Amino acid sequence: MSSTPIKKVTGKGVFVPGDDIDTDRIIPARFMKCITFDGLGEYLFHDVRKTESGEDKQHNLNDPRFAQASILVSGNNFGCGSSREHAPQSILRAGYNAVIAGSFAEIFFGNSTNLGVVCVIASDADREIIASAIEAHPELEITIDLENHKIFYGGQSVPCEIKQGARDSLLSGNYDPLDELLEGADEVSKTAGALPYMQA
Amino acid sequence: MGKSLFEKVWDAHAVRQLVNGQTQLLIGTHLIHEVTSPQAFGMLRDRDLKVQYPHRTFATVDHIVPTNESVEPYSDPLAQGMIEELRKNCANNNVTFFDTNTGRQGVVHIVGPEQGITQPGTTIACGDSHTATHGAFGAIAFGIGTSQVRDVLATQTIALNKLKVRRINVDGTLPPGVYAKDVILHIIRLLGTQGGTGYAYEYAGTTFDKFTMEERMTVCNMSIEGGARVGYVNPDETTFEYLRGRPYSPKGAAWGAAVEQWKSFASDTNCTFDDVVNIDASHIQPTVTWGITPGQGIGIEESIPAISDAPTQSERDSVAEALEYMQLEGGSPIKGKKIDVAFIGSCTNGRLSDFQEVAKYVKGHKVAEGVQAIIVPGSQVVAKIAEDLGLDKIFIEAGFEWRAAGCSMCLAMNPDKLVGDQLCASSSNRNFKGRQGSPTGRTMLMSPIMVAAAAVTGQVSDARDVFGFASAGV
Ligand code: SF4
Repeated sequence: MSSTPIKKVTGKGVFVPGDDIDTDRIIPARFMKCITFDGLGEYLFHDVRKTESGEDKQHNLNDPRFAQASILVSGNNFGCGSSREHAPQSILRAGYNAVIAGSFAEIFFGNSTNLGVVCVIASDADREIIASAIEAHPELEITIDLENHKIFYGGQSVPCEIKQGARDSLLSGNYDPLDELLEGADEVSKTAGALPYMQA
Repeated sequence: MGKSLFEKVWDAHAVRQLVNGQTQLLIGTHLIHEVTSPQAFGMLRDRDLKVQYPHRTFATVDHIVPTNESVEPYSDPLAQGMIEELRKNCANNNVTFFDTNTGRQGVVHIVGPEQGITQPGTTIACGDSHTATHGAFGAIAFGIGTSQVRDVLATQTIALNKLKVRRINVDGTLPPGVYAKDVILHIIRLLGTQGGTGYAYEYAGTTFDKFTMEERMTVCNMSIEGGARVGYVNPDETTFEYLRGRPYSPKGAAWGAAVEQWKSFASDTNCTFDDVVNIDASHIQPTVTWGITPGQGIGIEESIPAISDAPTQSERDSVAEALEYMQLEGGSPIKGKKIDVAFIGSCTNGRLSDFQEVAKYVKGHKVAEGVQAIIVPGSQVVAKIAEDLGLDKIFIEAGFEWRAAGCSMCLAMNPDKLVGDQLCASSSNRNFKGRQGSPTGRTMLMSPIMVAAAAVTGQVSDARDVFGFASAGV
């Protein structure tokens, strides 16, 4: 299932402040009682956005000025906690296809990359600049340029980082590894054959 | 130069290198549950793929099972739908399922070890971040996402980058009243919630040598809370003794051969690590989290950090956010904070030894007025043994509710939930905002004994005072 290469992501941004935004905050567990990922977008950041009685809180994610956003900007250790792919799935299904953060939890990063959700790292200072630029001009187009390790916004740019392997897979469109894994079937059975506990 | 267990197991399971530089890694043992597997089976159906090695996948149901309702259909139709979907997927694909009527159902990370499925020198994956629990046996165990569950079902492999290895030595004797849970809360406090990113943690030292398998599991379980996807302890006689005679353990002549092979996977004495951390066991205190990440823990005698104590602005922001959410005041003692709920259970501390230890001390005590206290066995096997030993009676007599096996109040996917801003003393592993089911619910993580002490006093307390530990030892 080789997919379209992802070299750039362009879109409007929204700032979700805070470090350690965990997967329970991205998608609360009570919305995971489902057998498909369809419809998860609706519950993205549910408890961040809504009060207990279901009214909208004052938050960038509820602000109509950022309704068109497709790039999330956040803090350090984004996506920590659970291994649930429900988190990047809900991000993707809510219409976002990239996250700019100070750092990412490992499993979240891997899950996101497999789905083609681009996760890049920018420094605290640079994210602050981008966040204020978005705040001042919500319509601002942001471009994450994976080939050149840069984030462009309003005629300016800041550097960004992404793990080499993930970058290569996105650039070549091989971020979903299943086909390549399937091709290795013969070698898999050889490796399995040498391990006593793998025998039926 | 010698090799670490991580490298040996990795090398034995590395199939080949992929184009992007990742390794195609064989996953010997695949564990699945109802939350993260149905979408993966769906993806398989969409692509007309079959389960490649069905005898190497084992299923159980844990997150959504109610712990106070045993008759199906469950009152929650969504939960009922999920268990039925898992049943169907397992039956259609010849996957072993420890269903609720088998006497072997329970939290996936408790079931694998107690069935003898979890073995040294193996690779294990599960669509669940606490999979590192199985590393207690000297296995390399990963939490994976649902697309990777699909990959394992279809190919028995995943694409992965090799991890670095950090050795964490804990040496010496833990003071009375200090448990494995305190060790891991202490490690996370020390190294931070992101400290383990990119690393596998090798836990070692004389404290771990003396630990039982259940204690090792408690520590490995929370590796991910310190950012480490993998955590393990080298296999030794304690490991082999635990596995002897379990349903899936090798039998007869195969047993001796397996033990020899398992031993060969232990880290060589002359291997080097990417990083080494040394901890003195005698310095570890009964630890309680005050904030909203597992790294925000302090010794029971300490005060809650004040905003101004944090060195950087972003840390000050984090402390402020945590204090506000937890409704706590910086600089005040953690001891004495009133609790509403006490929860003992989960894949961190829902095993027999946890219950035996608690039973030993709560005898003769009563749960404080106004506190709801529940004890939830991690599996049906644990429940059965505990009941045969009469532990359930001790708990009920002391005012705890004794429930059926499941994840229960560890997370918000079954009827056991906090209400409003209730404060819960919990033996589980996560204190994230909303984790226990109410968007404003508050969690303090601690050892089962500390939860019991909080339950009987109605406030965060030092179990050593409440239960008169001084010389009791552990
Ligand atoms: S007990 Fe808690 S942490 Fe463990 S598997 Fe269940 S929900 Fe996850």
